[in-house]
Amino acid sequence: MNIDHSILTILILVPLAGAVLLALLPDKGKLMQWGALAVTLVTFLLTLHLPFHYDYGAASGTFQFATDVPWIASPAIRYHLGVDGLSMWLVVLTGLLAPLGVLVSWRTIDTRKKTFYVLFLLQQVAMLGVFVSLDLLLYYSFWELSLIPMTILIATFGRTENRRRAAIKFFLYAFIPSAILLVGILWLYVKTGTFDLPQLAQLAATHSISNNSAALWLCSLAFLVAFAVKVPVFPLHGWLSDAISEAPTAAVMVLAGKLGLYSILRFSFGIFPEQSHRIAPLMLALGAIGIVYGALLALVQKDLKRLAAYATLSALAFIILGVFSFTISGLDGGIFHILSESLSGAAFFMLLGILYERYGTYDMREYGGLAAKLPWMVTMFVITTLSLVGLPMLNGFVGEFLILSGSMQSTIAQHTAWTVLATTGVILSASYMLWMIQRIFYGNLGIKSENVKGWDLDAREHLAMWPLVILFLVMGVASPIWLRVIDAAGTRIAATQSSSANTEARALQTPPHVQIMTASAHTEAK
Amino acid sequence: MSPNIIALLPEYILTIVGVLIMLAEPLLPPAASRKPLGWLAILGTVAAGVASWYQLHLGVLTAFSNSIQIDSFSIFFHLLISAIVLVTLLISLDYFEGSTRHSGEYFALVAFSAVGMMLMTCATELLVIFVGLEISSIATYIMCGFRKGHATGAESSIKYFLLGSFATAFFLYGIALAFGATGSTSIAAIAQGLATTTTPRLAFLALAMILIGLGFKVSAAPFHVWTPDVYQGAPSPVVGFMSTAPKAAAFAVLLRITFSAFGPMQHRWAILMWILAALSMTIGNLGALLQRDVKRMLAYSSIAHAGYILVAFTAFQSDGIAAACFYTATYAAMQVGAFAVITQVTGYNEQIRTTDDYTGLGLRRPILAAFLALFLISLIGIPFTGGFFGKFYVFSAAIHASNVWLAVIGLLNSGVACFYYLRLLVALYARPVTETAQPAKGRTLSVPAGIGLTLAAAATLVLGILPGHFLNLAQRASASTQPVSAPVAATIPPSTR
Repeated sequence: MNIDHSILTILILVPLAGAVLLALLPDKGKLMQWGALAVTLVTFLLTLHLPFHYDYGAASGTFQFATDVPWIASPAIRYHLGVDGLSMWLVVLTGLLAPLGVLVSWRTIDTRKKTFYVLFLLQQVAMLGVFVSLDLLLYYSFWELSLIPMTILIATFGRTENRRRAAIKFFLYAFIPSAILLVGILWLYVKTGTFDLPQLAQLAATHSISNNSAALWLCSLAFLVAFAVKVPVFPLHGWLSDAISEAPTAAVMVLAGKLGLYSILRFSFGIFPEQSHRIAPLMLALGAIGIVYGALLALVQKDLKRLAAYATLSALAFIILGVFSFTISGLDGGIFHILSESLSGAAFFMLLGILYERYGTYDMREYGGLAAKLPWMVTMFVITTLSLVGLPMLNGFVGEFLILSGSMQSTIAQHTAWTVLATTGVILSASYMLWMIQRIFYGNLGIKSENVKGWDLDAREHLAMWPLVILFLVMGVASPIWLRVIDAAGTRIAATQSSSANTEARALQTPPHVQIMTASAHTEAK
Repeated sequence: MSPNIIALLPEYILTIVGVLIMLAEPLLPPAASRKPLGWLAILGTVAAGVASWYQLHLGVLTAFSNSIQIDSFSIFFHLLISAIVLVTLLISLDYFEGSTRHSGEYFALVAFSAVGMMLMTCATELLVIFVGLEISSIATYIMCGFRKGHATGAESSIKYFLLGSFATAFFLYGIALAFGATGSTSIAAIAQGLATTTTPRLAFLALAMILIGLGFKVSAAPFHVWTPDVYQGAPSPVVGFMSTAPKAAAFAVLLRITFSAFGPMQHRWAILMWILAALSMTIGNLGALLQRDVKRMLAYSSIAHAGYILVAFTAFQSDGIAAACFYTATYAAMQVGAFAVITQVTGYNEQIRTTDDYTGLGLRRPILAAFLALFLISLIGIPFTGGFFGKFYVFSAAIHASNVWLAVIGLLNSGVACFYYLRLLVALYARPVTETAQPAKGRTLSVPAGIGLTLAAAATLVLGILPGHFLNLAQRASASTQPVSAPVAATIPPSTR
């Protein structure tokens, strides 16, 4: 059997089998930790199969490593998996973050390790499933499945008394729009008789999903809102700060952004190119506002986790700005920034987690002057911060630059004004991040830190941090490695968008008298 | 064998078993365990299920002057009811042990009640349906009050009895009016009579009365008021049983009456169903939001689930019946399962009642908590569980019939629903920070109860991962209800439009 056709199935099954196995084994702490580490490492190694065997010369728009077998006969749901330039690196990224997540949980999760690791593995299953599913219903199944482990993780391993509320809030925010998303999916199915994404995209390209443009609009909104909440796009971000400030480090690392942004790119843009293009001015505005809004809120936080949450909101809004500009560099930058932001964000949350593990607080006022005692920690913090604020030569810069230049070139209404506003976000993010560094590491020693006995990063923490730091540099310097496949996907999306925009523009721009003339010419010809 | 015997074979088996149990009960010494009687009932149920399965290969059977019809539709429900009864008996075996001397009757009552329900699902004559309804109802009324010496149990039983009698009276009245309007009480003849009747309004009134009667049985809003009180007071295994099996039977009857007998009037009653469905979903879910008592919460949620099933009635016949059958089955699996867990957690005394009492169950009894979590996830409707495909089929059938807004209401409602299910789910696994971890010893899970739970969980998962085979059965069932003159739409998937 050719492994290329089953690799994606194997990728889903390995963590699933791992989760089931861990659930059946006795709850011995060490066993759970090592078991989870082994499973996630194996999964990561398997994900590496993708970039090494990807056919970089293949026509863009084709899915590789595909499996397509019927799952349920009526309605016709297929087990259709595949990756392309958009999803391949996301799969690898999901694979990479999981073992790192296990490493940082090593000491923080001290009770109920079995519950934690089983749920963590299930979360990974759901995320991998989302990224590789090409059947709408299969995709929806994984999408919904991703809510349960995260909810229980937040509810069980949250940090304060507020955790149950945060968990339920997280779930409701995601579930209610998903229910509407399901209506949209069902409506599409009733109209087209298929759940298959490539087929639907084909139908969308030829404008043959439905003639009812109002219904198509509602359906596209059902999709977009469900995804936008998950991203989250301002003003649908109500769940974010609670969920992030409660969730355990490993869960936060995989929590934000990726799923929703990927879904927008894949499904909203794929099935509703015309509607996405029409709604782009609004999304550009929300993106730009989100950047500044998130940054301003981050600036006034005293709680580190909340600061990180709003910083995330701001960074995700950058990606929204990029992809909705519908220029090739905007889309490329957006996709690249999803990867880059996931890595930097993960590193940032990891460091916050490590800090919390030592001092038991996220309150910035209790810190200060740690730099001299914890040289490694401060180094890592500064590198991560610089990557987050987009210093050239580091990963954050590539995405941010492409996004801003893309949105500047865009032809969407008001794009210049929004891009200018968005650019201020770069300055703001530098301010709050550097100020944060200053408050934690410099100045006088805080109350807590008087107890510090040079307990710097230990070997395990180094092991968890270094891969990320190296990736920051490599992604910043050698971005073409990633951009090669990303560009194929970005160009394809931009092409579909511009073709649908052209039809729309033609329809709008053709003056009425020309239309009448053409019509009469047709009649005469007959 | 005479067709009259073959057609009602499962019913005969269960009746004989019930009578045997009643006769054997006084012969056992007072202190002796009543478990053997329970095992006898379990054997009988399995035999009844096998008999139904055997009937599946015989094609359509009619008996007793065409008042009984055995087809895929009735066999579907026979099998479903047998399965529910089996799980109920398995989890009840130890429930009454040592608490009451009368547990023998309990097993007989379950069997009798099943006989009535099975009769309802295969009858094509309204009066036979009525007889079946009464047989099953009376047995259930008694079972409700089986926790003797508990005031809430007695209240539950009385309330259910009084309101249930009202409902059956409405049902009977509806039958009488149908007879007046169409000159017959047979389902096939009513359909013909409707074409020629001079009093269509009377016929519609008849249907409305029947709807009230059956609406009560399935606890559809606004006929739902009894549900929370009765469920709260009745013993947990009984609630698991009475919230699924009688409902399945009532839905079967409702499907036959509406689509077969009153099919030509679908454009009129579909509006009623639309309203009932929207009301039930909304009232059920909002009511459940306010509950702290887990049994009351599940009672309200069962009202909501009745609403989801009613959505299927607004669809085309071919989709609608299959979707309703499928949903009924998945609902039965997860609801019986949930109450099976509650039975095990609370025991006979039922001191663990509120959501807060369930806090940390995941720590104290991890296996039971995992089971309950699975059933709750399915009740929410998360994919890879039966609950998801149940909702999926129901709402896609509704959308196919252009009832998009009802689907939107329904799915928004399921968003509300996840709030209260989630509260319980989160309670299972969340542990107060202050509490020191000391797994308290609970009652051990008995083997029969374990088997019952595993059956329900397996059904929930199989329906969610491989729904195809079961849906086939449901579609065969749907095809076997008589075709009517109403416009029948193409089955899903439709051709590209």
